[in-house]
Amino acid sequence: MNKISTSRIDSLKNDTLTRDSAGLTAKDSPNNLIIKMINVNKWYGPLHVLKDINLEVAQSEKIVVCGPSGSGKSTLIRCLNRLEAHQKGEIFVDGIELHDHMENVDIIRRDVGMVFQQFNLFPHLTVIENIIAAPVWVRKIPRSEAYETAIELLERVKIPEQANKYPSQLSGGQQQRVAIARSLAMQPKIMLFDEPTSALDPEMISEVLDVMIELAESGMTMICVTHEMGFAREVANRVVFMDEGQIIEQNDPGEFFDNPQSPRTKLFLDQIIAH
Amino acid sequence: MYKDTVIDKKLVHQPKFIGVFFGVWFVTFFVFDLGGSIFGQFLAPVIGDPATSGLYGRFVVAFVLGFFLTLNIFAIGFLPTQRQSLVVWIELAICFVGGFHIFNLSLEFIQSKIWFLISRGLFTTIYVSVISIIFAFIVAMIGAIAKLSGNGFAMGIANFYTSLLRALPLLLLLFLVYLGLPQTGYVIDAVPAGILALTLNYGAYMTEVFRGGIESIPPGQWEAARSLGFTFGPTMRRVILPQAIPIIIPPTGNMFISMLKDSSLVSVIGVWELMFMARTLGQKTFQHMEMLITVAMVYWVLTIVLEIFQRRLEKHYSTVKETKE
Ligand SMILES: Nc1ncnc2c1ncn2[C@@H]1O[C@H](COP(=O)(O)OP(=O)(O)OP(=O)(O)O)[C@@H](O)[C@H]1O
Ligand SMILES: [Mg+2]
Repeated sequence: MNKISTSRIDSLKNDTLTRDSAGLTAKDSPNNLIIKMINVNKWYGPLHVLKDINLEVAQSEKIVVCGPSGSGKSTLIRCLNRLEAHQKGEIFVDGIELHDHMENVDIIRRDVGMVFQQFNLFPHLTVIENIIAAPVWVRKIPRSEAYETAIELLERVKIPEQANKYPSQLSGGQQQRVAIARSLAMQPKIMLFDEPTSALDPEMISEVLDVMIELAESGMTMICVTHEMGFAREVANRVVFMDEGQIIEQNDPGEFFDNPQSPRTKLFLDQIIAH
Repeated sequence: MYKDTVIDKKLVHQPKFIGVFFGVWFVTFFVFDLGGSIFGQFLAPVIGDPATSGLYGRFVVAFVLGFFLTLNIFAIGFLPTQRQSLVVWIELAICFVGGFHIFNLSLEFIQSKIWFLISRGLFTTIYVSVISIIFAFIVAMIGAIAKLSGNGFAMGIANFYTSLLRALPLLLLLFLVYLGLPQTGYVIDAVPAGILALTLNYGAYMTEVFRGGIESIPPGQWEAARSLGFTFGPTMRRVILPQAIPIIIPPTGNMFISMLKDSSLVSVIGVWELMFMARTLGQKTFQHMEMLITVAMVYWVLTIVLEIFQRRLEKHYSTVKETKE
């Protein structure tokens, strides 16, 4: 795991990251791909929620997914660790195809971390126990070793002093940072975020975004559903815009925000900026 | 539960209520002439012989009773809520137990038998109930997990089990086990037969309770565990059950209290538990009431002890999430 970085949003505004991200999209070679979705379709009963989704994500790439409510953003990323099943098309994650008869979906899930809007921490376990749960019980790592890693992770998300509290005793922002640490404890190759800051009070949003920015810097492959446009501009290599189950447009953040192509994108951006 | 933060004006201290309360009881006591009861004898110095005191005697008895009842609730009104509830409980218990005097129970007879009744009967009742509830807990846990497992075979077996066993009256099941099993070659004693029947029956009910408890855990917990790579079994064991068990325990306590009494059914196949003692000990001398009432009191005390225990348990599980530091 990469070294802990303490940099904040301001320090990210300098060229290192932007150069890095611009470079990545350009020099992608196909064998660098870690996620590939080909003509993916999904229905909930008669409701067609994903329509011919094609998406490729390279290693270390940071993707921000946005779009109006109900457009299928959550469904899309939940298909990537198969919390949801797609009915048509192909999804490859880290070279393994996700389908109904896969041998062991848990192997994929260990490598794909997920952070939820509602945190979903385990309320009966302390912060530290939440973090070591999966390493100890899934990966069978010795408890003491998992414990050390967990302490490091808590330092990384800047709440080492909360280790022995229960989730209900933490603020929303702290809980979400624990949730991120819990996912990272499995040393995932990909991190999925489903509106990680939407349930938070405004003053707590930045503490979670800081952690996510640090994570992005460390080279993690990230797919974030978020409406935090500042974050998208700073961190994303690409912004994907969805509406009514389709990917309408994808572009690097600069182009996406300043020069949207589709009228639907324009409308959406006008709406969230008006807020 | 939410506790009101504003204290109402106390009803029992309002003159209007006191007046009405007294009036109602006065009229009631007056109509149901209590002169002939123990109260009439108490007031004999004032009214003379209750039998001949006529309307005057009736009036005095009703007035005095009504007055003390009203004074009683007026006084209780000054106590804090917890105390109030306790005092009222104790008063009702005294009235209830006091009411037994109409049966003219022979205390000597009770004293002569109670030790035997408790040492044999109570022990068997508790022993049968405890073993049955433990087995039922295990059966129910397996049943509930089977129902939620998504495995067709497991679900089928569990559904068949609860559907059949919840349909059979416990007494019928008891006879089926006790009389039926020996015909298939397994001779079974009365006590194991009773335990088996109670386990099967309560296991079926508790399966549904447990399923409800497990299902009440938010789906987000499943999603979080599964997305960390937990499979079904470990998710259940490490994440879902530790949260579901505190929800399941209180209704299990309730089931246990109910089982304690249903275990009396095994007396029909000759198990020497409390109910069996109650029916047989008084038979020789026709002192049925003595033993029945004694056993009733034993069941009551037992249930009170269990209620206290259950409350402790509930409290323990609701505060267990506080800091561990
Ligand atoms: N379990 C489900 N059963 C039926 N319909 C569902 C289910 N989950 C989502 N949907 C529907 O699928 C569509 C896409 O939902 P999804 O949650 O992916 O949208 P979203 O873009 O994440 O929206 P939001 O911004 O509100 O989170 C919606 O119309 C929703 O009502
Ligand atoms: Mg969503």
